[in-house]
Amino acid sequence: MNMKSKIAIVDYGMGNLRSVVNAFTFVGARVKVTNNPKELAKAAGVVVPGQGAIRDCVANLHKLNLVKALREEVIQKHKPYLGICLGLQVLGDISFEGGEFECLGWIEGEVKLIKPKGLKVPHLGWNEVNILHSSPLFEGLSDKECFYFAHSYILWPNDKSVVVATTDYGEELPVAIHKKNVMAVQFHPEKSQGAGLKLIKNFINFVEKTAC
Amino acid sequence: MLKIRLIPVMLMRQGMLVRSVGFTTYRPAGNPLNAIQFFNQWDVDEIVFLDITPGKSRGVGRLDDNYERFESLVDYTKYISRHCFVPLTVGGGIATIANMRELFNAGADKVSLNTIIHSHPEVLQEASGMFGRQALVASIDVKKTRGNYEVVTGYGKKMTGMNPVSWAKEVQKLGAGEILLNSIDNDGKMQGYDLKLIQMVADEVDIPVIACGGVGNWQHLVDGVKKGHASAVAAANIFHFSEQATKKAKDYMFEAGLNVRKTGFMHW
Repeated sequence: MNMKSKIAIVDYGMGNLRSVVNAFTFVGARVKVTNNPKELAKAAGVVVPGQGAIRDCVANLHKLNLVKALREEVIQKHKPYLGICLGLQVLGDISFEGGEFECLGWIEGEVKLIKPKGLKVPHLGWNEVNILHSSPLFEGLSDKECFYFAHSYILWPNDKSVVVATTDYGEELPVAIHKKNVMAVQFHPEKSQGAGLKLIKNFINFVEKTAC
Repeated sequence: MLKIRLIPVMLMRQGMLVRSVGFTTYRPAGNPLNAIQFFNQWDVDEIVFLDITPGKSRGVGRLDDNYERFESLVDYTKYISRHCFVPLTVGGGIATIANMRELFNAGADKVSLNTIIHSHPEVLQEASGMFGRQALVASIDVKKTRGNYEVVTGYGKKMTGMNPVSWAKEVQKLGAGEILLNSIDNDGKMQGYDLKLIQMVADEVDIPVIACGGVGNWQHLVDGVKKGHASAVAAANIFHFSEQATKKAKDYMFEAGLNVRKTGFMHW
């Protein structure tokens, strides 16, 4: 396949993006690390990674004028979006991490602290992922494949049909979301070895198909 | 449920991957990048990369073996993180918040701290507030003196008089997210972990303990979990020079009934 479409990896000051860039590059993507709305307009797909606190995440997106730009590119122009970790949580209406923070509101639902009975928070390490519905993201990946997690909060979508995968950690957590062109995962595909690289490659293929 | 982790520890000394025996004898074990690439295909769950070059004399050593040398741990981290698609922990002489930030930006997911926690415990506290507990591993080296366990720092040279259990509780309180527990007496002996030490610490702290030091066969890894109560098992020497060693270790752990992650070869 001729990989020509450019993918924008949004750098908005939330943790290091090097691992994400490394993984996308490794599977053959053409990436641009940017916080410039003009660059988002040029890209065929958008990736929002991020670690840290949701408060800073939302504040930085506003400060850099990225909220409007993301809405234009992803909601209005239907460009494929992949959220990773905070990039998933920020899709909700509101997050209760360290207060109450309004998020993008693209997926109705609230971000809350996980409370797994008798288990540690953060949920940190490798865990099995149950695939509920088929999605381009999980193409070629088997059910119960392991991915790497590092989080304390989770987005609970009101509409359960957007949840394509879950993981068991004291309770069943919704860890992958797919609604039209918007996809997001709570785990870190860039740190999940072969399975993670495969998922990233699947997203790139989705971008290629959409761009054609 | 979370998986029990298998972690190769790569020791680098003066730019060379080495094997260590008792923290005193070191033998070259080749180019670290090759090792990282293999480990990434062979089922490891994380990689710990420690620079154990004493003093500041990094970047010297043999120059006739035709591979790249790096001036600093930051440069090295940038280089290896390009090929590392599992969580990467780096350590060795890290003393400042600025240095940690550089390492995270270079692609490290966690940093391993040791000597600095003894001299400046507030640095761990500050780092925890800034980067989060999940990014901080406290490395604890232990030596037995007259039958008592004692924490040692400064590349195994400086006795602290501290008991490992109380020190482990202290680093947990300061903000460490994990403990890498190494027995200097067992290091390189291939006779198994110091299970008594590991169990003693693992049972007394809430954060995960990574067992290290002394693995000579795959059963030792199983013992580390079942008898030592470790959340993760690490080893260095046994994984060098052997085809698919980490994969075979995983197979053995799985057969022994441990909840480990197994993968086939993945095409993408």
